[in-house]
Amino acid sequence: MLNQKQAVLLERPAKTNDVLPSAPVKIQDTDTKTVGQVTVDKPIMTTRNVDVYYDDKQAIRNVSIDIAYNEVLSMIGPSGCGKSTFLRCLNRMNDTIESARVTGSIELEGHDIYDKKTDVVTLRARVGMVFQKPNPFPKSVYENVAYGPRIHGLARNQSELDEIVETSLRRAGLWDEVKDRLREPGTGLSGGQQQRLCIARCIAVNPDVILMDEPCSALDPIATARIEELIDELRQNYSIVIVTHSMQQAARVSQRTAYFHLGDLIEVGETSIIFTNPQHKLTEDYLTGRFG
Amino acid sequence: MSTPLLIAVLLLLAAAAFEFGRRRALQVAGPEFRTLHSLPRYYGSYTALWCALPALILLGAWLAFEDKIITILVIADLPAAYQSLSEPELNLIVNDLRNQLSGNVVSRELNLDMQAAVKHYGSLRATSKAALAVIFLSVAMLGMGLAWRKIAPDFWARNRVEAIVKVLLIICSTLAIFTTIGIVLSVLFESIRFFRAVPVFDFLFGLEWSPQTAIREDQVGSSGAFGAVPLFAGTLLISLIAMLVAAPVGLTSAIYLSEYSHPRFRAAAKPLLEILAGIPTVVYGFFAALTVAPLIRDAGTNFGLDVSSESALAAGLVMGIMIIPFVSSISDDVINAVPQSLRDGSLALGSTQSEMIRKVVLPAALPGIVGGLLLAISRAIGETMIVVMAAGLAANLTVNPLEAVTTVTVQIVTLLVGDQEFDSPKTLAAFALGLMLFLVTLALNVIALYVVRKYREQYE
Amino acid sequence: MTPTTADKIQAGLKKRYAAERRFRGYGLVSVTIGLAALLLLFVSIIGNGYSAFQQTFVKLDVQFDEAVIDPKGTRDPQSLARADYGQLIKKTMRELFPEVKNRRDKRKLYKLVSPGAVFILQDMVRKDPELIGTSQTVWVPADDDVDMLIKGYIDRDVPESARRLNDKEIAWIDALAATGSLEKRFNKIFFTAGDSREPELAGIWGAVVGSFYTLVVTLALSFPIGVAAAVYLQEFAPRNRWTDFIEVNINNLAAVPSIVFGLLGLSVFLNFMSLPRSAPLVGGLVLSLMTLPTVIIASRASLQSVPPSIREGALGMGASQMQMVAHHVLPLAMPGMLTGTIIGMARALGESAPLLMIGMVAFIVNVPEGPLDPSTVLPVQIYLWADTPERAFVERTSAATLVLLAFLVIMNGAAVWLRKRFEQRW
Ligand SMILES: Nc1ncnc2c1ncn2[C@@H]1O[C@H](COP(=O)(O)OP(=O)(O)O)[C@@H](O)[C@H]1O
Ligand SMILES: [Mg+2]
Repeated sequence: MLNQKQAVLLERPAKTNDVLPSAPVKIQDTDTKTVGQVTVDKPIMTTRNVDVYYDDKQAIRNVSIDIAYNEVLSMIGPSGCGKSTFLRCLNRMNDTIESARVTGSIELEGHDIYDKKTDVVTLRARVGMVFQKPNPFPKSVYENVAYGPRIHGLARNQSELDEIVETSLRRAGLWDEVKDRLREPGTGLSGGQQQRLCIARCIAVNPDVILMDEPCSALDPIATARIEELIDELRQNYSIVIVTHSMQQAARVSQRTAYFHLGDLIEVGETSIIFTNPQHKLTEDYLTGRFG
Repeated sequence: MSTPLLIAVLLLLAAAAFEFGRRRALQVAGPEFRTLHSLPRYYGSYTALWCALPALILLGAWLAFEDKIITILVIADLPAAYQSLSEPELNLIVNDLRNQLSGNVVSRELNLDMQAAVKHYGSLRATSKAALAVIFLSVAMLGMGLAWRKIAPDFWARNRVEAIVKVLLIICSTLAIFTTIGIVLSVLFESIRFFRAVPVFDFLFGLEWSPQTAIREDQVGSSGAFGAVPLFAGTLLISLIAMLVAAPVGLTSAIYLSEYSHPRFRAAAKPLLEILAGIPTVVYGFFAALTVAPLIRDAGTNFGLDVSSESALAAGLVMGIMIIPFVSSISDDVINAVPQSLRDGSLALGSTQSEMIRKVVLPAALPGIVGGLLLAISRAIGETMIVVMAAGLAANLTVNPLEAVTTVTVQIVTLLVGDQEFDSPKTLAAFALGLMLFLVTLALNVIALYVVRKYREQYE
Repeated sequence: MTPTTADKIQAGLKKRYAAERRFRGYGLVSVTIGLAALLLLFVSIIGNGYSAFQQTFVKLDVQFDEAVIDPKGTRDPQSLARADYGQLIKKTMRELFPEVKNRRDKRKLYKLVSPGAVFILQDMVRKDPELIGTSQTVWVPADDDVDMLIKGYIDRDVPESARRLNDKEIAWIDALAATGSLEKRFNKIFFTAGDSREPELAGIWGAVVGSFYTLVVTLALSFPIGVAAAVYLQEFAPRNRWTDFIEVNINNLAAVPSIVFGLLGLSVFLNFMSLPRSAPLVGGLVLSLMTLPTVIIASRASLQSVPPSIREGALGMGASQMQMVAHHVLPLAMPGMLTGTIIGMARALGESAPLLMIGMVAFIVNVPEGPLDPSTVLPVQIYLWADTPERAFVERTSAATLVLLAFLVIMNGAAVWLRKRFEQRW
């Protein structure tokens, strides 16, 4: 059931699937209303009118966007435009920042995640996160992956746990590399392996959505390519929201792309369309390298 | 049952409660255990906490008030003749009763009334013990039962447990505040009693200190002299000597070690100097009395000076040695906080190393150094063992470092070691001195910590 | 020709370099003063104390005379314990020096042997009643004055009246020494006995055990409470006036003179709560209040050094904040917390001023058997002995100081080792 506010919001004409007239009419850079395909048919997550403040400073203004099942949504934009901030709203990681305040509504399969009745722990188990810098726990590879299932009680016994660990590592494409060193510390792996370990750790709790904040920015091109392949495979089972600095990466891995600018969500659309035919002047400027 | 036994039983109960809670959770979840909100062990912990915590709180409260209440009851039941006795006399009687009860030596023969009272006391104690055991265990079972009934798949056990743990953490963190309050109240309370007997003005500005006469009642009209000025003067004199040693030595050695010395020399000398900070003050006191004081006296005799064997100089020197590492480590921190850019700027103008330090680094670091020195002074004023062992008891009002002086801390120790009579100004005076000591060091600390913090923030 | 800038600088250079050397010199002098003081302290304490690890013993051929020990021949343990073993020793001494006839001299002669010898004989008989009627060679501690003479602390050249031993006594001692009846042996008593008025019978074991109980109480309270407080303040507490106030309190308590904690202990624990005087329990309570700020400050620093990425990783997995702390942050911060705690414990071990206030200065012979028994602690024992006039106590005070310092070295060494071993760079 939608509450009143959301109902009104959804009726607002400009933000629906209206196909705007294609080029050459560009929307001017003073206009910060989101253009493009904000909603999807069957969203797993919906966000409406999200504002984020750090103390009095507003970092995100009035962002509304849906996330579909089994899609990779990439978020691009110049640094400091609020991509990470928005991403961290989706699993309430912003709760850990004392000054951060979030308003608006964010729903996961129809449940408001900021509702008092939502347990943030359950939420984060369903909306996992992979960070910019690989951050494996200073424990063994096995313990890293087993940690989530342990705290969430996903395994009835040791053999089930072993199975989860193995499947997760396989899905993350890491099994063959680490199957003989499960007891060695996860911090001893290479950077790319560490990041895949973090992904394995994340999928071990079988989330619905995986958030990735520039997961490849600390990696070399070969490791990056492996992660990109992995993201594509993971789409079979999960919805993925990825923040990236690299437009090529966004183009390679994502189905939809959202462009942020100074706290505003400027444009959303199918990746191929955004990259070939952006509607908004700001998007075009960014894509053509005029700033960023 | 004795208290340790009760606690042991409670621990067993809590362990059982944990298991019951866990089983219950698995049972209500049915075959599909993932419908549980939290892991089964959190349901167990929740039950165990509810079993143990209320019972422990009850136990603490009971033990805290049991004795007071029983005493009141016993006194109320004494024959009327005793009721009119003064409080100290009653206390003596109660003490005798207690001693008799626990089989200790009693200061007087007990008459019949008293023997009855002892019996009464004993039976009250026994009743209290039995009642405690019953109530304690009932509370534990009750808590466990209540928690057990709450267990359901959508019961957020983990959040509850974590909330309880958080409350415990909060209580631990507020202990510092309670300690401060405890200090203030305990010295303030007795000080007020002291100031009822001795006017504040006489205490703060009186020039004569001889508390020992206060208990000699045959000296008519002599209620002892509680003028604390000689103590303040003695404390300041010794602290001054200590700072005259520690401030220059500590500061210059910090500068030398951080700016000049060979890294290998520093690696050896710095930890060695820090050893000085780890030596207990009683060792310094012994060192002062055994070695330094005779050295100074002999040296003085060679120069034809009459040096007291408990001279302020000996105590001050040794205290200064003790404070050297304190000053030098604070100076080291403070000097290192001065940004490299300032040094580079000065050196680039062609100043020598020492010019750079004196003209740029030290002025920039001055607030921090001053803060550190204030902390060091606060230490010197509050230092006890060195002065107790090396300075005297004679309350001389002098600035001659070769004479014996006494300090606030020495007097507190002297007044409180041995017999304490909490109704005589002699004992209470120690608390008044303690109050002064606390207030002065508090002021110094607060100012110093503020100055140092501001200084640090400036360069952060 | 007007001097150039370079000339002007050149002119002043010599003076400036002299100032530079002087400045450097001051620094070197300061470091030297500090190191010299340290050296003097250790030399004086070791020099005075090392000899206490040995004690002079007298060889006595004791006749365990049945008529004295067990005249009725019942071998009843009670009467065996009550028998006058002093007589046996006196008799032995008389036999050694048959020429001593005068009663005053005799008493002096008997006093060459420590009063503790009686208990040694008593103990022998209690363990083995068969000894009665036999003659045994027994080494018993000599009186402290004998010990001091043998160790060379009593100057034979000063006039007899100014000496603790007169010429006759010295002659006896020399005679004993000449026949090999005096021997310096390892001073086991010093490590195993409680306090005593007789220096040769006084030991530090009572104080060591008292220190142990006190420290156990201190550790049991200050470590968990300190860690809990640090965890709350560092990981959970919001930044507001209240937490600022707590922080100011902690920092201030860390700088409050220790004697003030003693006053707190006296009026709260003894007077208000009626806990027993002189008990390690109360000592531990006082010392834990005193060490708590140290533990909290060290623990917070240690928590702070755990990188935020670990926390984010755990939270991102759906760990609750409490789980994040318990599973990841605490284990990583633990070595640092332990280091801080050990240093705090070392400080508490050396602390004496607050313990004087709560009656841990009493003269206590018995070794405490629990945290409620009256006892003293090592530093207070040092203070007590330092106050006694006997020369023999000077060396024992120094030796006790050495033992205390040894404990401190061990504890600080452990802290350093822990820091090195688990030091982590992120
Ligand atoms: N913890 C914080 N406190 C205050 N301001 C923050 C915080 N984190 C980010 N910001 C501000 O919010 C804005 C958006 O930051 P961020 O979301 O990190 O941008 P992006 O990830 O797109 O580079 C920036 O202006 C940044 O300065
Ligand atoms: Mg970012």
